[in-house]
Amino acid sequence: MRYGGGWDPAAPAGEVPDLTNLLENLDMRPFTTRAAACIGILLGATGTAHADWAVNMPRGVTPISRDVYDLHMLIFWICVIIGVVVFGLIFWSILRHRKSKGAVASQFHESTTAEIAWTIVPFLILVGMSVPAAKTLVEMEDSSDSDLTITVTGYQWMWHYEYVGEDVEFYSKLSTPRTAIANIDAKDEDYLLAVDNRLVVPVGKKIRFQHTSEDVIHSWWVPDLSVKKDAIPGYVNTNWARIDEPGVYRGKCAELCGRGHGFMPVVVEALPEDEFQQWLEEKRSAQQAAAGGDADRVARLSGQ
Amino acid sequence: MSAVIHDTDHHDDHGPAYGWKRWLFTTNHKDIGTLYLFFSLAMFFVGGLMALVIRTELFQPGLQIVDPHFFNQMTSMHALVMIFGAVMPAFVGLANWLVPMMVGAPDMALPRMNNWSFWILPFGFTLLLLTLFLPGGAPAAGWTLYPPLSLQTGAAFPFAIFAIHMLGISSVMGAINIIATIFNLRAPGMTLMKMPLFVWTWLITAYLLIAVMPVLAGAVTMLLTDKFFGTTFFSATGGGDPVMYQHIFWFFGHPEVYIMILPAFGIISQIIPTFSRKPLFGYSSMVYATASIAFLSFIVWAHHMFTVGMPLAGQLFFMFSTMLIAVPTGVKVFNWIATMWRGSLTFETPMLFAIAFVILFTIGGFSGLMLAITPADIQYHDTYFVVAHFHYVLVPGAVFAIIAAAYYWMPKWTGHMYDEKLGKWHFWLSTIFVNVLFFPQHFVGLAGMPRRIPDYSLQFIEFNQISTIGAFGFGFAQLLFLYIVVKCVRGGEKATSHVWEGARGLEWTLPSPAPYHSFETQPEVK
Ligand SMILES: [Cu+2]
Ligand SMILES: [Cu+2]
Repeated sequence: MRYGGGWDPAAPAGEVPDLTNLLENLDMRPFTTRAAACIGILLGATGTAHADWAVNMPRGVTPISRDVYDLHMLIFWICVIIGVVVFGLIFWSILRHRKSKGAVASQFHESTTAEIAWTIVPFLILVGMSVPAAKTLVEMEDSSDSDLTITVTGYQWMWHYEYVGEDVEFYSKLSTPRTAIANIDAKDEDYLLAVDNRLVVPVGKKIRFQHTSEDVIHSWWVPDLSVKKDAIPGYVNTNWARIDEPGVYRGKCAELCGRGHGFMPVVVEALPEDEFQQWLEEKRSAQQAAAGGDADRVARLSGQ
Repeated sequence: MSAVIHDTDHHDDHGPAYGWKRWLFTTNHKDIGTLYLFFSLAMFFVGGLMALVIRTELFQPGLQIVDPHFFNQMTSMHALVMIFGAVMPAFVGLANWLVPMMVGAPDMALPRMNNWSFWILPFGFTLLLLTLFLPGGAPAAGWTLYPPLSLQTGAAFPFAIFAIHMLGISSVMGAINIIATIFNLRAPGMTLMKMPLFVWTWLITAYLLIAVMPVLAGAVTMLLTDKFFGTTFFSATGGGDPVMYQHIFWFFGHPEVYIMILPAFGIISQIIPTFSRKPLFGYSSMVYATASIAFLSFIVWAHHMFTVGMPLAGQLFFMFSTMLIAVPTGVKVFNWIATMWRGSLTFETPMLFAIAFVILFTIGGFSGLMLAITPADIQYHDTYFVVAHFHYVLVPGAVFAIIAAAYYWMPKWTGHMYDEKLGKWHFWLSTIFVNVLFFPQHFVGLAGMPRRIPDYSLQFIEFNQISTIGAFGFGFAQLLFLYIVVKCVRGGEKATSHVWEGARGLEWTLPSPAPYHSFETQPEVK
């Protein structure tokens, strides 16, 4: 059974953050220190870097993410308008039809016309809404004609990326130090959003992602790409992104996957095409060298 | 709605037994209703404590008070306790108290089964809560228990599943009893279309319960055999399918959502007309809307699964069917507003909670509509936006309706008026803090904070702190509710039989407190 177990089943111990140790650290702090920390918390002294308050969905950097953002804002404003009307009527009634102001109750209690109206009108609004929604959905689901395919595999608790047909693959794990998680060291801006190996991709290319998992269900999510897909053992799910602007885009695992669920970020770095090719070449030769080195060592040790 | 010809003459000749035996052996609908309601209140505080553990850990980034594994146990148990321990038993308790009085019956149709369906609950929950102390702790895979993660649960697994079976049996028996009562014990003249809406919504809810609780039982039983008996229903390596579990679970899960809200619709449809001094607007359209919602609830389940990789046609179908639910739900809200419109409104505590329900539930409905839009749901799914959404429909939705019902009928139950001033305090504190608690969660969710995480990155700090402050405020406000209830049970201004000026319905023809056997002679309804 793996409940409450180690941090990372695939990598050697000590290389990756280990929550078991982390919590030992926590518990070793004397109670008074912890109590003081709690008071500090209550006073609002969080002692960490502050990022801006974020209040809305990012518009993102792909055509799809912008469509999704537009849909989100459209349905949001539809709700706001309906809300203003509905809540306006409620408050009008609360203010004007109160007994204390001498309001006398009328006894009407039926109107087929009204019932039909407030059935048909919302229905028509929904039909109007469903057209752009369906259109975007159809586009999202079309991952054909891709320029590059990357297989993303979820593990408890890290990601594995394989550039299909390119001979490049690697794991990607949280690199936030566990001392920061345990509130011993300060937290930097990328707290819980930094990894050891970023997923590097080219801009302007249609990238097809294939999602699967080796243990439990995870979900690979990058808000700026509007890409979220469950990684399910035994399944290969696909989706895609075409990134417009070079940059670093961060996300998280979105499906509860156990103890380390909050600690498996996704970091995508989009490079211009030529820089990407260069990176890919370097990565490939580095991996081949490492593999070759291993082969040499094996050969030497076995005396051949 | 229905006029009553004559008051019942009642004889209090055989009252309750004395001492603990009264409660253990009781077959009386009022005693059992009271048991359900106090049990539900107790579970509300237990689940609330778990929520406070969650909110305390989330007050600040970093890990402060609990291990992430324990955090996951808290989120899972909080949901199980609140859904199966607080909200559902509260509605069954209200049905026990009110359905016989509303349809003019002396008691529930199946009193002995009634006793059993309640007494299963404390045992079920003892079992479930004790799993916290087993090796590996309580279930930590979320209340949805998705495999393969849920199969990593430790020793708690079979106990939790057995507990879920017990809760399911209890719910199904409660539902059978309610259906039997409504169909067999209605007073002469009370046709179906003259029943109070609370009775109607519960009748439909009871059918939902009977339809879907066995589905949940089947799903968790398959988990059990996968874990212990070598089956591979949900294991891909054995030829099974982990996504199939999610389909089965949500075939139960979505109707379950309506099980927790339809009786609330019924309560609000009783309270708003009373304090508007006007009949409910669009009675029959309310009944049809409830039935349509119940029907639609069976064909929308996969909207919880837009990220699992469904075929395009499936995603389109579930998007359209889910959007459709907005129509009958909108009809309900419009009818409530039309009921208030040009009424003669007063704002006693039950009415305050009912109005807050209409407004805040509608906000939850709006976010629900947003979540129905599949491409946008890809971004919202499994974030705090979803957490905000379902807490808006469950807390200022279902829970506010339960509280409103408690204030509304408490004078009938106890024979005393509750303390109106404290009730208003309770209302304002609850309403302000519930929004401080849940509204910011929309923002962090949209900005990218996943749900079910014990630690978060720095752009989410402020809203999480506001949310935690709201949680403590809301939690402490409920202690005031407990105080008000206890005070009202123990004494207070004598309640008249009619209690509220604008109240209509058979229960108000009974004296306050209502006699032990509600209607010994059936009233006649015109
Ligand atoms: Cu995860
Ligand atoms: Cu649903």
